[in-house]
Amino acid sequence: MHELTTPISDETIRSLRVGEPVAITGVMLTGRDAAHKWMIDTFIKKTRQPEGDDLETYEAIKPLLEGGLIYHCGPVVGGLDTKDYRFVAAGPTTSIREEPYQGDVMRHFHIKGVIGKGGMGPKTLQACQEAPGAYLHAIGGAASLIAQTVVKVLGVYKLEFGVPEAMWVIQVKDFPAVVTMDSHGQSQHAVVEEKSKKALDALLAKN
Amino acid sequence: MPDLTQSILELVRLTSTDLPPDVEKVLHQAVEREQPGSAARGALETVIKNVELSRKNSTPICQDTGTPIFYVHHPAGCSTQELRSQIEAAVVEATRKTYLRPNSVDSLTGKNSGNNLGGSHFPSIHFFEEEGDTLTIDLMLKGGGCENVGIQYSLPNSQLGAGRDLAGVRKVVLDAVFKAQGKGCAPGVLGVAIGGDRGTSYLASKEVLFQKLNESNPDPELAALEIRLTEEANQLGIGPMGFGGETTVLDTKITALNRLPACYFVTISYMCWAYRRRKMTVLTDGSVKYE
Ligand code: SF4
Repeated sequence: MHELTTPISDETIRSLRVGEPVAITGVMLTGRDAAHKWMIDTFIKKTRQPEGDDLETYEAIKPLLEGGLIYHCGPVVGGLDTKDYRFVAAGPTTSIREEPYQGDVMRHFHIKGVIGKGGMGPKTLQACQEAPGAYLHAIGGAASLIAQTVVKVLGVYKLEFGVPEAMWVIQVKDFPAVVTMDSHGQSQHAVVEEKSKKALDALLAKN
Repeated sequence: MPDLTQSILELVRLTSTDLPPDVEKVLHQAVEREQPGSAARGALETVIKNVELSRKNSTPICQDTGTPIFYVHHPAGCSTQELRSQIEAAVVEATRKTYLRPNSVDSLTGKNSGNNLGGSHFPSIHFFEEEGDTLTIDLMLKGGGCENVGIQYSLPNSQLGAGRDLAGVRKVVLDAVFKAQGKGCAPGVLGVAIGGDRGTSYLASKEVLFQKLNESNPDPELAALEIRLTEEANQLGIGPMGFGGETTVLDTKITALNRLPACYFVTISYMCWAYRRRKMTVLTDGSVKYE
């Protein structure tokens, strides 16, 4: 078991290999579809003008993401009425939806690790090699268990995106994941897909 | 008509936080098939720990509490309008109590309603009038990750060499499992509908998932195909979470619908391991039983 503490150094990232379990401790930011689209449109491709608290939010999340982690997660959050937030259920969401954005977001913010489920494609794998970075696969659906590793909710940005889509700043301890894409160009997902394709072709040849 | 809101709230809590015993049992069997120390086994062990923790703490098994899908079977003379408003009230309260995540998003504005209501299709409620005087409500929570890997084929499919028969059905179902990889939070359960039109086929592929895992198909031919498909899907080696491993599919459930002469649809609904479905029965004396 590899212990990972944020911020994560390039050296630590390079030491990670696919298949290795990790336990993450430190601070991370949740972000999924709306957050990635907002980052790209407003600050990376700049197809829309910043408005409202966009600039402020950008400045606030920059230091959190520098050498940090982004978690594809739409949590169930308690304490919404009192703002005394707590994560009740917080497993990963499917990452591949962020494939068009993830690489650029990683490069822009110097993100070292992307946490989610289901793996990502060649663009993100390329960014993992350049950054360097890694894709850390959390256990899909293990929401209560993962929520217990969230020791504190430090804040939230863009709550107007809705609870699942907002960017939550969380402090975690021993958050469990498995490295499935590393900074050396290896992807467990590509390997499994290729093997299963061969098995499928053999099965399709039978009646 | 009695107010069932509180009992329905309990149905939602139970469904979201307590995995049905038949599903938990097959997960335990699946762990034993994976190599000690493998990522696949680790994933399943985590899944089982999570199930136990959710039950103990009454917290959602998965944060994606999905589309709440209700099937109500009611005696004659029941007001479905009243039942609908009671279900909606229970859903709102369950969201407030964090048994459900606010999941209903306006497709045009992108705005989340915040309380899991929205239009006449969210939550999804189906009413059926039955003989006798018991009322039952089945609830399934179907998450988005596994919903996204659901797929419909129109046979024949020359690319897969799938004709309009059960041999063709077998081929497209295996293709669907391959395409899903681990993205629907494998290991999953396959709900397969053969026939129907595009709409009814999708509905039936979910309805078939209300059956218990240990009940075998009354049609011997379909029963045999279910077993074969589960076995062959597992030969793909995709494994829990797509990490590679022995268990990709926990079970397969197939139903057949009449179709038009020109159409032959095969629809696959993929249900993730967080297979949340529960039933409540309101007995004639007003007491409520959950299973
Ligand atoms: S596919 Fe199922 S287990 Fe996975 S995140 Fe969605 S609802 Fe949860």
